[in-house]
Amino acid sequence: MNISDLIIPLIFAGVLIYGLCVRTDVFAEFTEGVKDGLKTVYEIFPSLFCLVISVGVFRASGGAELLTSALSPLLGAVGFPPECAELMLLRPFSGSGAIAVFERVLTDCGADSFAGRTASVILGSSETTFYTLSVYFAAVRAKKTRYALFCALVGDFVCAAVSAVTVKMLL
Amino acid sequence: MMKWIMTGLILLSVIFAAVTGRMDCLSAAFLEECSGAVQLALSLAGIIALWSGIMRVAQSSGLTGKLAGIAEPVLSKLFGGLERGGRAMQYITLNITANILGLGNASTPFGIAAMREIEREERSPEPDRASHNMIVLTVMNTASLQLIPTTAAALRLAHGSTDPMEILPCVWITSVSALTAALTAAAVCRAVSRRKLR
Repeated sequence: MNISDLIIPLIFAGVLIYGLCVRTDVFAEFTEGVKDGLKTVYEIFPSLFCLVISVGVFRASGGAELLTSALSPLLGAVGFPPECAELMLLRPFSGSGAIAVFERVLTDCGADSFAGRTASVILGSSETTFYTLSVYFAAVRAKKTRYALFCALVGDFVCAAVSAVTVKMLL
Repeated sequence: MMKWIMTGLILLSVIFAAVTGRMDCLSAAFLEECSGAVQLALSLAGIIALWSGIMRVAQSSGLTGKLAGIAEPVLSKLFGGLERGGRAMQYITLNITANILGLGNASTPFGIAAMREIEREERSPEPDRASHNMIVLTVMNTASLQLIPTTAAALRLAHGSTDPMEILPCVWITSVSALTAALTAAAVCRAVSRRKLR
């Protein structure tokens, strides 16, 4: 058994026991929360739907591969493993797509190669940026997101750059 | 923002598909993805319902307030102007804790609830404009706070890595750098937008 397998059961048991101890009606509160949760899903669904379709269509178009082959020589010149270019491009858009590309890098180059390690660090230190942005802002009325996207992309860019540097220096 | 992402991606897809000659894949993708999106929403609905339920119990019993009290000194530096020990702070704490522990699917419902509470507390005169606190929270969630990259490590092991966890120090340095860069960018953008207003 893994330590991390304990976290969720402990949270659930702990919260429920604490609730009972301070005389909260845990069942009534839980079901109220579920109701709120479903309302939230209803509200964020349209944005999520649009994003999933746009990203899926983009992946089917072969655009990521095309951009990757255009970018590869440039990235190779600055010392970034070209094999990771597609991962870097796809990571902000699609979690499942990024994992598929990641596994391909590991199969083609080996998990302990420079490209394989860099890909691992990129996957481990980034999130699905566009998914997060669309879901979070779908929940509020603010439709003008101002500098949110720009700052998030700054983070993704730094993530890709630093991943290659740290792997080269530390491993 | 969403209108640009959506039209941009679809327009690019049509152009790329014309170049690569994959227009047939493209038209199939539209139909496949719409049912994929519904499936994703359904599994998300289950996860959000589960965590919203337990979150509500933790909140009405006063547990989240205690947790937020511990994290408050650090978080109040990042999120200015929010009520001390208020609901927004509580949800932000839960969101960040879940992220650090790697409970990815719990952090989303907490984050969404935090966004709503920020909106409610700030009562902005321009509700259609994102506030700085909303942007900071979102940007923190687009960067990775996760301590142990379990997915990457598991896949490395499956692909024959001799030491799947060797990437840990690199992941930490990279995550912290990316987060710092993103938050610095946000602080700079705020300063610039304030100067413009004057």
